[in-house]
Amino acid sequence: MNEHEPIDILAVETSCDETAAAVIRNGTGIRSNVVLSQMKSHKRFGGVVPEVASRHHAESITQVMEQALEEAGSSFSDLSAVAVTEGPGLVGALLVGVNAAKATAYAKGLPLIGVHHIAGHIQATRLEAEWEYPALALVVSGGHTELVLIKEEGEYELLGQTRDDAVGEAYDKVARTLGLPYPGGPELDKLAKTGAPTVPLPVAWLEDGSYDFSFSGLKSAVMNTLHNARQRGEELAPEDVAASFQQSVITVLTEKAARAAEACGVKQVMVVGGVAANSGLRAAMEEKFKDSSIKLQIPPLHLCTDNAAMIGAAAYINWKKGKFSGMDLNGVPGLPLHR
Amino acid sequence: MKMLAIDTSTHVLGIALADEQKILGEYTTNIKKNHSVRLMPAVESLMKESGVVPEELDAIAVTTGPGSYTGVRIGVTTAKSMAWALNIPLYPVSTLQVFAQNGLGFPGLVSPLIDARRNQVYTAAFSGSTEQNAVTRQMKDQIILLPEWLKVLEQTQEKILFVGEDTGSRQEQIRERLGSRAVFADWMGQTIRPAEIIRVARTAGEARDAHTVVPEYAQLAEAEKNWQKAQSGRSE
Ligand SMILES: [Zn+2]
Repeated sequence: MNEHEPIDILAVETSCDETAAAVIRNGTGIRSNVVLSQMKSHKRFGGVVPEVASRHHAESITQVMEQALEEAGSSFSDLSAVAVTEGPGLVGALLVGVNAAKATAYAKGLPLIGVHHIAGHIQATRLEAEWEYPALALVVSGGHTELVLIKEEGEYELLGQTRDDAVGEAYDKVARTLGLPYPGGPELDKLAKTGAPTVPLPVAWLEDGSYDFSFSGLKSAVMNTLHNARQRGEELAPEDVAASFQQSVITVLTEKAARAAEACGVKQVMVVGGVAANSGLRAAMEEKFKDSSIKLQIPPLHLCTDNAAMIGAAAYINWKKGKFSGMDLNGVPGLPLHR
Repeated sequence: MKMLAIDTSTHVLGIALADEQKILGEYTTNIKKNHSVRLMPAVESLMKESGVVPEELDAIAVTTGPGSYTGVRIGVTTAKSMAWALNIPLYPVSTLQVFAQNGLGFPGLVSPLIDARRNQVYTAAFSGSTEQNAVTRQMKDQIILLPEWLKVLEQTQEKILFVGEDTGSRQEQIRERLGSRAVFADWMGQTIRPAEIIRVARTAGEARDAHTVVPEYAQLAEAEKNWQKAQSGRSE
């Protein structure tokens, strides 16, 4: 391997409702980062419809890949590999990206790299700054709530995860209960800023020392509280409910992240995934690590939500380790992070 | 002129490779196993054994459905990505039309059937007798309840050959309606022969830019149907 030669990877991501492709140089340089969002289409249904998502992906995948190459000013001969999210995600959606990447890699004689979606979210921070190990990642999104310890490059150890709803899922459900438009998470975050956390709601700490999470109880508590108030003929201020819900969620996320960071002696903590865009969570994490020697890193908004740049960043680590995939690569909806 | 054909639109996985003169290689399985995992290794091995490298391909042909949603997407995505990467034209071909090729030469209509659940079928009608080495289309691809389709066919005059998946299990229902006008293909007529995709592409196909080729599902996604129903209900 020639250390000086730039390694450009064409990365593809189709695990949910964004059709995305990017060209990433040496794992950190964004040459292009194309994201075609299907949000408008799914908005009609109040949530992502897997079959509709798969159809959109199949329609636009080659255009998105082409745009990524064009914006990067790259041709196939400049590429060192094709990378793709192999899981987790919606199976039909994953299959489009996986098959597109395999076909492209085969046609151009390029190596193929399968990437774990969460590894991608975590590596998104590499696009912004250097890392120090060991590091801890709080992964928060519509499908995930995980605490991941990274002792060395490319080695992921799952410390804890949600036992029921993902945090983004809980946000969306509570937002729907409050009658907020789709996608509910950002709307709820906005509403919470105008309210006060005056509604008593539970905080799910689980057993002593556990790094797991649970949000379904909190979600039910919000629904019951609203229901009971209505029964009494009272109307709770939705902004106060939002603020109270948000506080309960953020308290447990920041506290568990801080405890894990302390216990594992990490040098840096990052918050990644779509919910890392949440302003309340960003502020609380910044406050928590303000006086700490632990470095806090939260990627900018466009790298928090699903994109292919992060897949290219994660793929570069596989490339360096010589970890390639075969033409039998499959889309795996429940792909474990640690293998 | 070397063309690669791909079909994963039903339980069958089929690939063919041909030059102008002959089939260089053909591969078919009918084992209901993961198309996503098996398609590219099959393409890779067929190409390798035939001594053809990807750059030597001049075109790709693919069945675009109707059929299994996921199956159609795997085939179309693979074919369009290859065609795009190689910068060669892509021929989209109806899965039903390729099925109907199994009835080429039949003196009458050929009706391919693919199961679409709830007693529905994906079907169409083609004329089997032709000088062109390809059946000619008489009725468009559609999803329809089998009894409704038989009513449509009742209005025609000729004998009708049924080809495609599960024609056996529907024989009784079809005979009841069409009597001796109904003829059934034997087991050879129940799977697509991949090289027929290339024949249809060459005789009746249209070379397209890969970006523009999309799966043909013959029906909207369930959620989309319900949404449109709700919309029209609102405007009434
Ligand atoms: Zn994600």
